[in-house]
Amino acid sequence: MSTTEKDIASAVDAGGQHDHHEIPWIRKYVFATDHKMIAKQFMFVSLFFLVVGGALAGMMRFQLGFPGQPMPGAGILPDAMMAPTPNGAIMLPEFYNSLVTMHGTIMIFFAIMPLLVGLFGNLLIPLQIGAEDMAFPRLNMASFWLAVPAGMLMLASFAVEGGAAGAGWTSYAPLSTSGEWTGVYLGQQLWLVSLTILGFSSLIGAVNYITTVINLRAPGMTWFRIPLATWSLFVTAVLILLAIPILAGALIMLLFDQTIGTGFFRPEVGGEPLLWQHLFWFFGHPEVYILILPAMGITSEVLSNRARKPIFGYHSMVLALISIGFLGWIVWGHHMFQSGMNPLLGTSFMISTMAIAVPSAIKTFNWLGTLWKADIHFDVPMLHALSFVSMFIIGGLSGIFMASTPVDIYIHDTYFIVAHLHYVLFGGSLFAIFAGITYWFPKMFGRMMNEPLGKVHFVLTFIFYNLVFFPMHNLGLQGMMRRIYDFTQYDFLQPLQPMNQFITLFAFALITTQLLFVFNFFWSIFKGEKAGNNPWKSNTLEWTVPSPPPHGNFAEMPTVFRGPYEYSSPESDDDFLPQTTPPREGPGPSSGVPEPTPTPEGAEA
Amino acid sequence: MTTITADRAPMAGMKVYHLKLGMWVFLLSEVMFFTGLIGSYVILRFAHPEAFGVPGEVLNVPLTAFNTFVLICSSVTMVKAFAAIEQNDQEGLQKWLLATILLGAFFVGVQAWEYTLLASEGFVPMAESYHAIARGAAEGSEVIGGPLYGATFYTMTGFHGAHVSIGVFCLCFTLYRARKGAYTAGNLGGVEIMGLYWHFVDLVWILLFTIVYLI
Ligand code: HEM
Ligand SMILES: [Cu+2]
Repeated sequence: MSTTEKDIASAVDAGGQHDHHEIPWIRKYVFATDHKMIAKQFMFVSLFFLVVGGALAGMMRFQLGFPGQPMPGAGILPDAMMAPTPNGAIMLPEFYNSLVTMHGTIMIFFAIMPLLVGLFGNLLIPLQIGAEDMAFPRLNMASFWLAVPAGMLMLASFAVEGGAAGAGWTSYAPLSTSGEWTGVYLGQQLWLVSLTILGFSSLIGAVNYITTVINLRAPGMTWFRIPLATWSLFVTAVLILLAIPILAGALIMLLFDQTIGTGFFRPEVGGEPLLWQHLFWFFGHPEVYILILPAMGITSEVLSNRARKPIFGYHSMVLALISIGFLGWIVWGHHMFQSGMNPLLGTSFMISTMAIAVPSAIKTFNWLGTLWKADIHFDVPMLHALSFVSMFIIGGLSGIFMASTPVDIYIHDTYFIVAHLHYVLFGGSLFAIFAGITYWFPKMFGRMMNEPLGKVHFVLTFIFYNLVFFPMHNLGLQGMMRRIYDFTQYDFLQPLQPMNQFITLFAFALITTQLLFVFNFFWSIFKGEKAGNNPWKSNTLEWTVPSPPPHGNFAEMPTVFRGPYEYSSPESDDDFLPQTTPPREGPGPSSGVPEPTPTPEGAEA
Repeated sequence: MTTITADRAPMAGMKVYHLKLGMWVFLLSEVMFFTGLIGSYVILRFAHPEAFGVPGEVLNVPLTAFNTFVLICSSVTMVKAFAAIEQNDQEGLQKWLLATILLGAFFVGVQAWEYTLLASEGFVPMAESYHAIARGAAEGSEVIGGPLYGATFYTMTGFHGAHVSIGVFCLCFTLYRARKGAYTAGNLGGVEIMGLYWHFVDLVWILLFTIVYLI
């Protein structure tokens, strides 16, 4: 993995800037401190994990589509995973448990989160606020180099005796407290250690982002001139900062239960399994917002630019981000309605959960308002951003179903939940990641991604994605439980076999389609059309510097005079006004932009 | 409307230097970490009052009260160290840093000793072998509390002890740099953030001591 990564990086830079040749190779590509290189490192590693997670999902889908049938090509896997039979290898239930667990864990912690936070956080924050780098570049490097061993431990756990963790990505106690219940001993412990290390990596990343945004903004970059991508990453960093330590504490207690034999979560010695659920979800719900807020920020950026209109309600967008960040802390109980909690408490969690729909809806309507009567450019980033908005609406609505306690009795722990979380995480976060990668690709590599290929990839992904995940709502409503190895063991679920096969076939199509993206990605790095500084005619600061930007980013410190979304402004001859454009002298036509204050902060001083 | 001056306006943002801001932000996450541990303790204790002992029954309160006093003293010496470097008093800085290190290490040492004493009385984190008896009681007396008591006690105080140990380690590094003349009255960030961390750890202990030993 890392060699290809380096080759690519060097190939890309060969045609790029030469003013930093004094940095030794190893400091530039391996132990890099430049935020842009760290962003790329996160990108390559987490795209790799995205592939791994996809492969795990493919295996699960095979088992669900063709329960108990030999899996083609699975003979190469060890007997502990696939039982050999004369007709071929059949998946073992224990291995299915590991697949469910590791798919969820890898996708959430090693793919989506590092793509959103590690890639876009590193790439965008310094560039969009006009900083030369992060506040603590070496801490930034440490953040990446902690994530790598965490990922390796996670992968290695497949190879240890007993296999990889099998108690679900939520690792509920008491199932997870002892190998007696799952058959997984060391794997479960490696899972805990790996996530603890990764948590530390995210934590120091968050410290860095927060300090950077507060302290390193260029002159004139007031809080309400910060682009929404950076705003969302800032709020996300705060959530990471406060949520990860709770997870770390819980992980460590569970690790103690497993290794030295404490009894925190073990009912047989007087412990409290429910405490695990509370700790996990007190972290877990903020975590799902960690996974969606940056996606919202990226979408806002792309939508406004590709619609050539100021984002509708910039201030309310920021306030909605902040209030989602706040409300996210008081809703964790909605994952525990069926745990036997007091119904009164359940009701209050129901109400607080539904309250989050308000800022979410504000954002959604603002996106629609941005599109209203706009000159929409349907290019690849925009298509992905538009599907973010529509898929997020579906996922948000199914969320409301589950948030109502009486309804949740029926759909809790069924495929309805699986449908919901994929609508928000794949339909939401991953589409936004596609939007973001295609949109900022020219900034990272100096070349555009191929447009026709990107469109084919988008259309196929969008169709297959919906064919795979929409029917899962139906499966759930008919009672098919999630995390089940062989649902045909229940007579009442046997009629769902055709539907499951349908889903499996399109899941394979969906996975295969991603090869188009992989191909486009690597091809465009070398052969894509050369991009100038500002291929999207964008206003934000990252587009005022060369693509890719040199070490240190800005040749001279930029001064910011206006908000980030002044598109189609009458003040401009072109249809955009970079944030660095000084206001016109004397009385001009009112620009009608949300942030007209012309004075850079502190100019009076 | 003001005209735009060619002069570069100062950086926006708060006027706190990066290191200090970063440390404050990091300490926020530490607050959450200990909140998680202390919160779990409180919940477990409310849910299972029978699993916990009365203050002083198993735990040696006077010994730990003395240890608490030692840690508070180390905060005072830390303040002295910072005050010294503010006056550019290199010798004072080194002297007070050394005092802080010694007090911190002493605290950890007493804690380790306390652990061995407690363990010898059956007060252990392992659920299966927990059999704590009252202090000074004869071997085989009635078992006090339950496994949750041992588990929460060692986890909370242990993580605090780890924080103190890391702090002592960092203080040694600070002292090493101080001896090389790395700090001056105009460049004392390293000492200041070291102090922030140290005072935080001290504060957490006062909370832990109250909750675990006294209530
Ligand atoms: C509009 C807002 C949302 C509401 C009202 C909502 C509500 C819920 C509820 C009530 C559950 C628990 C269902 C159950 O287990 O019975 C749930 C599960 C879940 N939600 Fe959401 N949700 C919303 C948005 C999101 C977003 C934005 C994400 C992530 C990006 C997300 C990710 C998840 C995940 C991963 C689960 C499953 C957790 C598990 O494995 O058990 N949700 N949601
Ligand atoms: Cu939730």
